[in-house]
Amino acid sequence: MRKGEITKVSGPLVVAKGMKGSKMYDVVRVSEERLVGEIIGLSGDTASIQVYEETSGIGPGEPVYITDKPLFVELGPGLIESIYDGIQRPLDIIRDQTGDNIARGVEIPALERDVKWVFKPLVKKGDAVSSGDIIGEVKETVLVLHKIMVPHNIEGKIKNIKQGEFLVTDTVCEIETKDGVVKLTMMQHWPVRLPRPYKKRLAPSLVLSTGQRVIDTFFPIAKGGTACCPGPFGSGKTVIQHQLAKWADAEIIVYIGCGERGNEMTDVLMEFPELKDHRSGESLMKRTVLIANTSNMPVAAREASVYTGITIAEYFRDMGYSVAVMADSTSRWAEAMREISGRLEEMPGEEGYPAYLSAKVSSFYERAGRIEAIGKPDREGALSVIGAVSPPGGDLSDPVVQATLRVVKVFWSLEDRLAYQRHFPAISWLNSYSLYIDDISEELNTTIAKDFTDLTKEAMRLLEQEAELQEIVRLIGVDALSPEDRLILEGAKSIREDFLHQNAFHEVDTYASLEKQYKMLAVCLFNYNKAKEALSRGAAFNDIIKMKVREKISRMRYLLESELSIIDRLQDEVTEEFKKLANPGGRNDKGIQQHS
Amino acid sequence: MIKEYSSILNVSGPLLLIEGVEGAKYQELVEIYTRDGEKKRGRVLEVDKDKALVQIFEGSTGIDVQDCRVRFLGRTLHIGVSSDMLGRIFDGLGRPKDGGPEIIPEAMLDINGAPINPTARDYPNEFIQTGISSIDGINTLVRGQKLPIFSGSGLPHNRVAAQIVRQSKVLGGKEEFAVVFGAMGITFEEANFFIQDFTKSGALERVVLFLNLADDPAIERVSTPRVAFTVAEYLAFEKGLHILVILSDMTNYAEALREISAARKEIPGRRGYPGYLYTDLASVYERSGRIKGKKGSITLIPILTMPEDDKTHPIPDLTGYITEGQVILSRSLYRKKVTPPIDVQQSLSRLKDKGIGKGKTREDHADLFNQLIACYARGKEAAELSVILGEASLSDLDRIFLKFSNQFEERYISQGEKENRTIEQTLDLGWELLRMVPRAEMKRVRDEYLERYYDHTDDTEK
Repeated sequence: MRKGEITKVSGPLVVAKGMKGSKMYDVVRVSEERLVGEIIGLSGDTASIQVYEETSGIGPGEPVYITDKPLFVELGPGLIESIYDGIQRPLDIIRDQTGDNIARGVEIPALERDVKWVFKPLVKKGDAVSSGDIIGEVKETVLVLHKIMVPHNIEGKIKNIKQGEFLVTDTVCEIETKDGVVKLTMMQHWPVRLPRPYKKRLAPSLVLSTGQRVIDTFFPIAKGGTACCPGPFGSGKTVIQHQLAKWADAEIIVYIGCGERGNEMTDVLMEFPELKDHRSGESLMKRTVLIANTSNMPVAAREASVYTGITIAEYFRDMGYSVAVMADSTSRWAEAMREISGRLEEMPGEEGYPAYLSAKVSSFYERAGRIEAIGKPDREGALSVIGAVSPPGGDLSDPVVQATLRVVKVFWSLEDRLAYQRHFPAISWLNSYSLYIDDISEELNTTIAKDFTDLTKEAMRLLEQEAELQEIVRLIGVDALSPEDRLILEGAKSIREDFLHQNAFHEVDTYASLEKQYKMLAVCLFNYNKAKEALSRGAAFNDIIKMKVREKISRMRYLLESELSIIDRLQDEVTEEFKKLANPGGRNDKGIQQHS
Repeated sequence: MIKEYSSILNVSGPLLLIEGVEGAKYQELVEIYTRDGEKKRGRVLEVDKDKALVQIFEGSTGIDVQDCRVRFLGRTLHIGVSSDMLGRIFDGLGRPKDGGPEIIPEAMLDINGAPINPTARDYPNEFIQTGISSIDGINTLVRGQKLPIFSGSGLPHNRVAAQIVRQSKVLGGKEEFAVVFGAMGITFEEANFFIQDFTKSGALERVVLFLNLADDPAIERVSTPRVAFTVAEYLAFEKGLHILVILSDMTNYAEALREISAARKEIPGRRGYPGYLYTDLASVYERSGRIKGKKGSITLIPILTMPEDDKTHPIPDLTGYITEGQVILSRSLYRKKVTPPIDVQQSLSRLKDKGIGKGKTREDHADLFNQLIACYARGKEAAELSVILGEASLSDLDRIFLKFSNQFEERYISQGEKENRTIEQTLDLGWELLRMVPRAEMKRVRDEYLERYYDHTDDTEK
């Protein structure tokens, strides 16, 4: 093995000489401890290397081993239910081997080598196959049927294909190509910094339902779409990411914990196996891959972790699955870039971030999308990316936020003001947006209810009117408003408290199907419209707001998905109560002092 | 073989550049002997070919370019740890400061520790009763959590921390606990306040103190929390004790870090703090927690003073991104003589949901605190309105909420330094206050709990 020699060590950056012939982004092993590093700069025969492990105790004169391979991931059965660090080393196995604290220079393959998988061939001898063709499948977990695809740049005729139990390293298929026979295992490799190819990009026209009312109804994300949720600390970014990982209707979830709290990963690790997927009734862990590079783990591996995660996600996308990637938090990824860039003494851009920050951010999000995969049979996959951003002080002018907003199509603005009022999810309904609404409205209006988008528009109008009226109230008090305007405030309040507010920790309220969401919103608006009608007929404002059915409306969130008919009946109850209230005589409105 | 060099190229601030060095390692410990024979310690920050950049812990006073000798020790900074450290006082680098004998180490440990494997962590979920309603009821602390106190100059953060130390206990258990206290740049008086308080409550023999006071070398502070955590880890994960680590004041720590960064002429991030401040703080804070299969735990309460009470200042901001919540002290509550002046709206404990509920505190706890906060927020809004428009302009309901929020501050948050409330007292007080508000407004509470706790009044309360 060729080797170079270290000349400089500065934190995660190591410079080595005698590295002639190495390529950018090749992996190297640093010192006799064999720390994993990646070449990020070349000049003459010296290479700048970012090291994915702690470098204390390393000094000039020590060797650097050149592998001539880029940083790649292993793809094959065994990915699901794993927890990896930023460079795809299995943390649970590391723990078994080296103890509770992370040791250095560990070399453990990502996919377990001693597990046998049942391989079922789907092609037969003599079939012509090319890149991306599915040649067989493995039942990886109860939820995931792992499709074994022909690796890229291989084309030919099946010479031999086996059936039975195999290790990931066993040959299961031989292909006669024009350059000779290629032996295939169930495992393939892919460099993390290179997006996996596809046949064609498709428009995002399907909704990725998340069970979160404010998201699905007002700011939905499409399958294959991109979203970001920036917010100051304490505004609930991580809870939203966890909620999406739990309830999003994707077949595979890749959760990247990038530079965040160790206990949050523990939370996922302990909670997900316990939680049941509401569609299949199986444990949520059976469709999840975790990447954990917590804030105290080496900073350079944080930079790699998002690429490792998204490459794994692309692999499942190519099988034809709908995959969702949660990256929490992309700010830590950007900070890792900044730290390395600073040590390379590059000229900084904004706030010390490197000038290539926005290029890196946009090429990351661009790896999302709904696609037609290469190979036979024809299949569609989708990769949705949801990134959390942690801007300093919640300031949205932060370069990472701005770089992100330029590429993503959905913006969930998390606000601490709402969090202080314990309005969760603290997504601002005034500042957030989704650019997918038009793309997916057709699907929503045909599958859920034909007036779904009309209802959301009506509700949003109420909320906007409320914000305007609130300004007046702040200046001259609520008494100065006309009863009609006060009713708008009441109607908007009902939408905020009875619909938008959702308790992630309540066993029922944590998830609401699109159907339930529609029905809940319909009741809120029905009630408001009835009230408006009654008011115009002369009913007293104070009587309207004291109606008993309001308490029931405020509790419909706790109804099970099987009890949705109760919500329908609520509309009748509203009608009933308003009938009782109706007073055609048109008595005086004592509740309100009219100001002129 | 240990070599000595006298080839110092330049000294700038706390940094020393030495040339002609062979085989120096990153983070290696060095000893520097000045002309007067004084010994200083430092560590290697960067090695570039034969040049080593060294950070001197004690500051560079007395160092000259000609006569100083530098010795590379071939190892990173380790400290000797032992159970005998309980009850003792050390300086910021772990050398005895109380006149007592040197510690006979049971183990030598690297002060930088090693990151805990996320799969080895056990989730913090044991409720710690601090006896303070605004913490127990609203921002519950659990074992293994990192919950900082964000304070400002002149606010009683030390008293709150001392009260937590005095009163904390785990329900139903009698387990060994100990405190590791790391002081960074605080005054003698502040340090003395803690020592006196620990002495009075008889806790001193369960405390390990590391004092780097305001007049001690500032650069040494960068190591103080790491030394403290090294001892804490040993006592928690080797000796099975439950450790509460208190670090005060993290603002001084970050400033020392900034000093080093500036001396290295690094590209500064926000407000001149280095770009890696987040990573650096995380490498300290994240050492707390629980480990599967280990009896002990480390709970961390760092104290920091927010410059100008500004929560978006880099130090509180980055701390808040790493810790699991924050307890924020409020100047306006302090002026109203609310003790402890905890701003419950801005404070947050992220782990509370795992530490409360049936079997831990009580089934109604989660709904109750949500409702309390919602009502309090509503009352505060009404209070703002009434300032502008006068109380007469409020609706009847708003007036009720206003009254509620005042009572909530006076009775629930304010309890004085001496009162130690049980969790039941805290919860019952919450319901008692909520009964001021109409039932229809109890939107955050499940029906069954309303029936059980809201509708039902104990005779004893009347």
